[in-house]
Amino acid sequence: MNEYIDKIKAIASGMGEVRIMEVCGGHTNSIMKYGIRGLLPKNIKLISGPGCPVCVTSQSDIDAAIELALNHIPLAAYGDMMHVPGSKMSLRDAQARGADIKTLYSVDQIINDRKRVFFAVGFETTTPMTAKLLSEGITVFSSHKLIPPAMKVLVTEMKIDGFIDPGHVSTIIGEDIWRTLDIPRPQVISGFQPDALLRAIYRLIVLIKEKRVEVINDYEEVVLPKGNMLAQALIKKTMKEYDAEWRGIGVLPKSGLIPRDPKLDARLVFEEIVSKAPAAKDNGCRCGEIVRGMIEPRDCKFFGKECTPERPMGACMVSDSEGACAIAFKYGRSLSE
Amino acid sequence: MCLAVPGKIISIDGSKAIVDFGGIRRKADITFLEEPKIGEYVIVHVGFAIQKVEEEVAKNTYNLLAEMEDE
Repeated sequence: MNEYIDKIKAIASGMGEVRIMEVCGGHTNSIMKYGIRGLLPKNIKLISGPGCPVCVTSQSDIDAAIELALNHIPLAAYGDMMHVPGSKMSLRDAQARGADIKTLYSVDQIINDRKRVFFAVGFETTTPMTAKLLSEGITVFSSHKLIPPAMKVLVTEMKIDGFIDPGHVSTIIGEDIWRTLDIPRPQVISGFQPDALLRAIYRLIVLIKEKRVEVINDYEEVVLPKGNMLAQALIKKTMKEYDAEWRGIGVLPKSGLIPRDPKLDARLVFEEIVSKAPAAKDNGCRCGEIVRGMIEPRDCKFFGKECTPERPMGACMVSDSEGACAIAFKYGRSLSE
Repeated sequence: MCLAVPGKIISIDGSKAIVDFGGIRRKADITFLEEPKIGEYVIVHVGFAIQKVEEEVAKNTYNLLAEMEDE
């Protein structure tokens, strides 16, 4: 591990401020857990990006899912989604009021349950599982997002010199596709262990220093050039791109995936109920700025006070494996330490 | 949510497999694997195997990822 810290120090000396965004929430977790920011020279800044599916799910999607549950539509969702505050309540609160909501470890638990609607969130890594459900005829309310469109927007809004590309998103979409996406920055696909991240950061700084807009696959043992083509094929067969709304970022063209079959798209099947969801309310939570890397959790006056993992005011405090606020709370350090 | 944990395929029944994660055995869907075989190592994300990996890779990554998934 020291080898790369020394190499980073050597190459970074004499460079101005270098701003690197780690897109994936899993990377943010490793970086915080091992205190990697504190090991880097002062001019190397790591910025946490939007890679937390729970965090970027829009308030209106959460409210719509809650509305479905309150209107007696049996629902299913991954555990983290249960705790995200909606404008009036969370899915957990709706459940306490008698709504039928099943918390899933795997979509396999509902693969034969055709009456249930799956509230689907996640990036490319988690989409194949939803595709499998759709192929079995299960109805889905999809908030699935694609990571590259968000990266393209963020580079136009703030100074980012390079990206640590997400590891398991790349397992699905592959290494080669990154070179076709027109993201005008150097990128390194990284694993999750601290030594892997330090090596990826070193390689990225080399690319940045030499002004090489290239993609390095530094996670070859898990990321193949073409990715998982069986998963890609099922996604293509069952889902289509749409203009998804991201918390804090807004609507981005072709940045999400919804069911191809309108009969399995809960947004259409239950349009009347979904349209009755309450309008999103602003409670002062700054999660939207945090997912864009604009501010840090401690810049929010609610952080650790009114807003804690037990009583989250917003989505960034919910997932302690990916949400920037929950991670910062867990490790008791700010993102820049 | 994008974390994936490595394990070893113990048995296969159609599109399902039993995968051993360092002593804990769970069912995993293997729809997205090309020609999965007993004894191979895979990484599993929310109950689905998404990629085969070498044994060494699985063992190296096991500890860190299992720890993070549990948190």
